[in-house]
Amino acid sequence: MSNRLFVKGNEAVCMGAIAAGCRHYFGYPITPQNEIPEFMSRELPGAGGVFLQAESEVAAINMVLGASAAGARVMTSSSGPGISLKAEGISFMAGSELPAVIVNMMRGGPGLGGIDASQADYFQAVKGCGHGGYRLIVLAPYSVQELYDLAMTAFDLADRYLLPVMILGDAMIGQMKESLIPRSYDPPTDLPEKSWAVTGKQGRAQGNTVKSLYLADGALEAHNWKLHGRYQQIQQQQVRCETLGLEDAELLITAFGSAARIAKTAVEMARQSGLKVGMIRPITLFPFPEKIYRQATERCRRILCVELNNGQMVEDVRLSVDRQAEVRFYGRPGGTGSMPTPEELFKQLQKHYKD
Amino acid sequence: MAESVTTVFERPRSLKPVVSHFCAGCHHGTIHRLVADALDQLGLQDQTIGIASVGCSVLLYEYFDIDVVEAPHGRAPAVATGVKRVHPHSTVFTYQGDGDLAAIGTAEIIHAANRGEQITVIFVNNTTYGMTGGQMAPTTLPQQVTTTTPFGRQIETDGNPIRMAELLALLDGTSYSARVSVDGPKRVAQAARAVQKAFEIQKNRGGFAFVEVLAACPTNWGLSVIEANERVSQEMMSYFPLGTYKDLTVSATGA
Repeated sequence: MSNRLFVKGNEAVCMGAIAAGCRHYFGYPITPQNEIPEFMSRELPGAGGVFLQAESEVAAINMVLGASAAGARVMTSSSGPGISLKAEGISFMAGSELPAVIVNMMRGGPGLGGIDASQADYFQAVKGCGHGGYRLIVLAPYSVQELYDLAMTAFDLADRYLLPVMILGDAMIGQMKESLIPRSYDPPTDLPEKSWAVTGKQGRAQGNTVKSLYLADGALEAHNWKLHGRYQQIQQQQVRCETLGLEDAELLITAFGSAARIAKTAVEMARQSGLKVGMIRPITLFPFPEKIYRQATERCRRILCVELNNGQMVEDVRLSVDRQAEVRFYGRPGGTGSMPTPEELFKQLQKHYKD
Repeated sequence: MAESVTTVFERPRSLKPVVSHFCAGCHHGTIHRLVADALDQLGLQDQTIGIASVGCSVLLYEYFDIDVVEAPHGRAPAVATGVKRVHPHSTVFTYQGDGDLAAIGTAEIIHAANRGEQITVIFVNNTTYGMTGGQMAPTTLPQQVTTTTPFGRQIETDGNPIRMAELLALLDGTSYSARVSVDGPKRVAQAARAVQKAFEIQKNRGGFAFVEVLAACPTNWGLSVIEANERVSQEMMSYFPLGTYKDLTVSATGA
């Protein structure tokens, strides 16, 4: 147990990234994720890497674009307002088939909003924050350990499917300290070579081009079908989800990230009081665990979706169950003092269990 | 007799043998050639990564026989920073127009220069947005008619043309900043020397090097090729004087 650490979530995600071989980080300060650039500025130079504080979020994501095009494992992080600024670069990276890891420690919005835990950016992360109709893989950790583990997973997924992967947390996940066992990184042996990376031709017959502009007849359509095919592959191969008590549940609760943490305690309280409550916690928000919802609601016909917003993931839950089950919603849209307690969610479970 | 035949002029190896999409009288072709010549002469082709920007020069990868990354509008210096920080021994250059570099990408160019990024920037100033059809650029001259200044650029409402070579020369991170033009053989030769120097500085890890090239856009200026070429020297140079605005390699050697 000597390797058990007690660290903040924002530090854990950096430790996972560095363990996975990330040696380049470009970012810009914004609360509640400032421990990430601070940690990277301390640790990367000694690890033979590069930390650069950019002049803006716009510049930071384009440095990420360049470093990724050059073949590096590269990361940036921000919070909602900064992710909005990064949206242009994220779209270009999606179009140019470039891997990277982007951490969004969400804050409440819209606008400047507030810095407390919030899940206001589900739509932004999952539905595409930039232009052009692309997808990101979106991972939603709910503990410090999972932040560490998913940081490694994120780099592997990005390199496998050639797209940016977003880790979606919030002030609760990023700022809290928990115990962490920093397992060593086990690199997959079947990741594709980055033969497309720009390095200078170095004797290659053809220059490599990293681009998202397709002007020739039919070229853009073909490119978009190719991306679409990759997204379908991701939906088939990469769904991650935790479930509890589906076998006998009369009511399901579903939540991701910090909301799922509170919900899990409420489920324990419900079970102790004799209520048959189950839980679905998506870990991947894209790909969304549609089939798991569909299967679970074949026998349990009521599901309560809890989010720290006014209802965003609930739309995907409704699409997944396809009117087979009744989908209800309980949300608190972020801000100081608006974090629901386990008791509050337990009361919601009691209420929705009965009627 | 064959040994008496000497090649005196040929296509640079760093350019592909293809026909460009540039309009008649456009100076991009000449400036592409100057960049390619510099890469050839310094033996850099195989280690060079070009950063294409948004505008008429976006198709850089169609013409240069090198590795290329296409950057979002204005972001080429940031993309170049990312590439160079991963491959510090490669040669990285951006090739940007005036809208790209001096309007939407102002922050990126200022801060790349100020950090002293080890990159070369080729800035093509033709006082208009070429690809989108001739709108006002940050470098559009006072009273110049464009599709978005139909009554001529009014300083009171549209602001002043921006002089990038002078502005970047003020920054401590800039090692070299020059303005050249390619409107005649003598000036092409001067421009070639400036471009070559800007790549030499990078080769020697001498810091950030910037070359602004005044260029003609006959199509969007509504002028003939000859008239457009004349406008460069007769109208543009009085607002955008040619010259070397900073050269740390000179002061460093005391020359």
